[in-house]
Amino acid sequence: MSAVSVQAIVGAAPSPIEAPDVDYATISPLLIILGAAVLGVLVEAFVPRAYRFVTQIAVAVVGVVAAFVATVVVGAGLDTVDGEVTGRGGPTAMGSLSVDGPAVVTWAMLLFFGLLGVLLFAERRLDGGLSAFTSQASTPPGSADERHATRLRIEHSEVFPLAMFALGGMMFFASANDLLGMFVALEVLSLPLYLMCGLARRRRLLSQEAAMKYFLLGAFSSAFFLYGIAMVYGYAGSFGLAEISTAVSSQIGGQNLLLAGMALILVGLLFKVAAVPFHAWTPDVYQGAPTPVTAFMAAGTKAAAFVAMLRIFFVAFGGARWDWAPAVWAIAIITMLFGAIASIAQTDVKRMLAYSSIAHAGFLLVGMAGLTSGDGVTSVSAVLFYLVAYGAAAIGAFAVVTLVRDAGGETTHLGRWAGLGKESPVLAVAFTIFLLSFAGIPLTGGFISKWSVFAAAWDGGAWPLVVVGVVASALALFFYIRVVVLLFFAPPQGDGPTVAVPSPLTWSVVAITVAVTIVLGVLPGPLLDLVQQAGAFVR
Amino acid sequence: MSDYADYLATYASVAAIIGVGVLLAAGMLGVNRLFRPTLTTPAKLLTYESGVDPVGAGWAQSNVRYYVYAFLYVVFAVDAVFLFPWAVVFASIGWAAAIEMAVFLGFIAVGLVYAWRKGVLSWT
Repeated sequence: MSAVSVQAIVGAAPSPIEAPDVDYATISPLLIILGAAVLGVLVEAFVPRAYRFVTQIAVAVVGVVAAFVATVVVGAGLDTVDGEVTGRGGPTAMGSLSVDGPAVVTWAMLLFFGLLGVLLFAERRLDGGLSAFTSQASTPPGSADERHATRLRIEHSEVFPLAMFALGGMMFFASANDLLGMFVALEVLSLPLYLMCGLARRRRLLSQEAAMKYFLLGAFSSAFFLYGIAMVYGYAGSFGLAEISTAVSSQIGGQNLLLAGMALILVGLLFKVAAVPFHAWTPDVYQGAPTPVTAFMAAGTKAAAFVAMLRIFFVAFGGARWDWAPAVWAIAIITMLFGAIASIAQTDVKRMLAYSSIAHAGFLLVGMAGLTSGDGVTSVSAVLFYLVAYGAAAIGAFAVVTLVRDAGGETTHLGRWAGLGKESPVLAVAFTIFLLSFAGIPLTGGFISKWSVFAAAWDGGAWPLVVVGVVASALALFFYIRVVVLLFFAPPQGDGPTVAVPSPLTWSVVAITVAVTIVLGVLPGPLLDLVQQAGAFVR
Repeated sequence: MSDYADYLATYASVAAIIGVGVLLAAGMLGVNRLFRPTLTTPAKLLTYESGVDPVGAGWAQSNVRYYVYAFLYVVFAVDAVFLFPWAVVFASIGWAAAIEMAVFLGFIAVGLVYAWRKGVLSWT
């Protein structure tokens, strides 16, 4: 090929490529968290082992707090946008991110969960001065190498940078404004979580099995999501949510591509939020993963995936609402009923909390089927409130699980929890508050959040969902009350449960989550105002 | 509709190249088959493993070091995939492009430094 023809090919580019224009201040929370993650990798490489764990905690905590401050600054500076719906903020970074009201509220929520998660990861007083993570993940479970590594007190401090990467991915996922960015964010949040699930110090085989299951099923669901993106690109000719929305409302091209694409994307996202029938991984992974990781994952993944799901389906597919709403209705109903009924049969605390998490995904889907705009409680604000209340209670409940122990580590069998009220009244009361919040009893955050999603659904005309939701709540209530009775009134088995004395780290997590759960139930006003002022998604 | 037909017609050359490729391969193999003698020996039925006699069953474990090196290779291959299109438009964007690529390469360097410090790069 001659030089002239090469020149012709290069010169034939349709338009010159411009340097991207990025407003770094607006996306600073995201950059701070990912920066903390990269710094954590370098700490792991260069800081001597003796100081590594403490340095990692410092980097992670400073990063999360700095990102939270930056989020508050960004949130306060968002301009109000008046369109067909009221919103704040808008697309930035060449339209690839939408830093709007819901995105900023989700960032703040995820950073709060991230801080609680880091505090739980940092706990080292429960297991003889070692963290909840394995000494060396590469040693076979039960081998001499493993015992040797434990004797040398080697610790995995990689879990902190991994958590920061996952947190960055969650924040990106909740604010991505095009499908390609969303896919990248989904992988950035998932891959560290797969790894973190396999790092437990106790019951390592169970933990590795959980990581393997989560990875295989997660990769499978990512493929669904990606295929859906390809279909939607084929329909709309663009990855941008705004362009897809225009294509959907002007009904160009073949509807079959759009329907198939929406269905596949919905499957990928419903997997991440653990809705029936895509929930099968949840109990195994929640049970096998190290409990601090389960806490972080249960709260964070659910929040990020739900906000991303609302963003895709309200912004991009808002014009095709009548096509996807029936599927969401059906899945919400079976998820609520299955989660409530299956949790009744559980004998393991972590599995019980996993099924409760499935049931809560159903209630959140009820919120998604609600009112999209108007004066009342909208879907977006109801779901945001629900995610804060559920996430706080879930992290608190798993934090309590890390404290009830015997010689072999955590005792998660429910029977062994009998009589916890006598052994440690404070802990039992804290766990009871979380359970009552899950059940939706008044004066807890769970009541206000259930009320808000039901109100949004009722105003949006989804009253059958509300009826099923109330029935499912009543079913679940039976089970939660049974656990409370077990904690306080059942005779202890054998010696009864023993409660480890934690450092102030875990205590503060339990105290903060109890406080949030009660404050959201008694004084929900400020947060309800905040999520309502956040307004709608801006594309 | 004629636009669409024109658009599809541009794929005709692709179809022609595929057709010629299949014919060429089939022709060469077919001529070989016609002219060569066919002798069967047990050695021919063995699995071909880069000239080495096959050992053991298919589920043999391979050393994890190979995996690490394959992984590093993939990292650099993906890296190069992004570098080539960047090099084409580098001149028209200027310094901003250089900084962006430096950031990208910096991230990969951090990963490599981590792997080096953890002893992944030494073969023992």
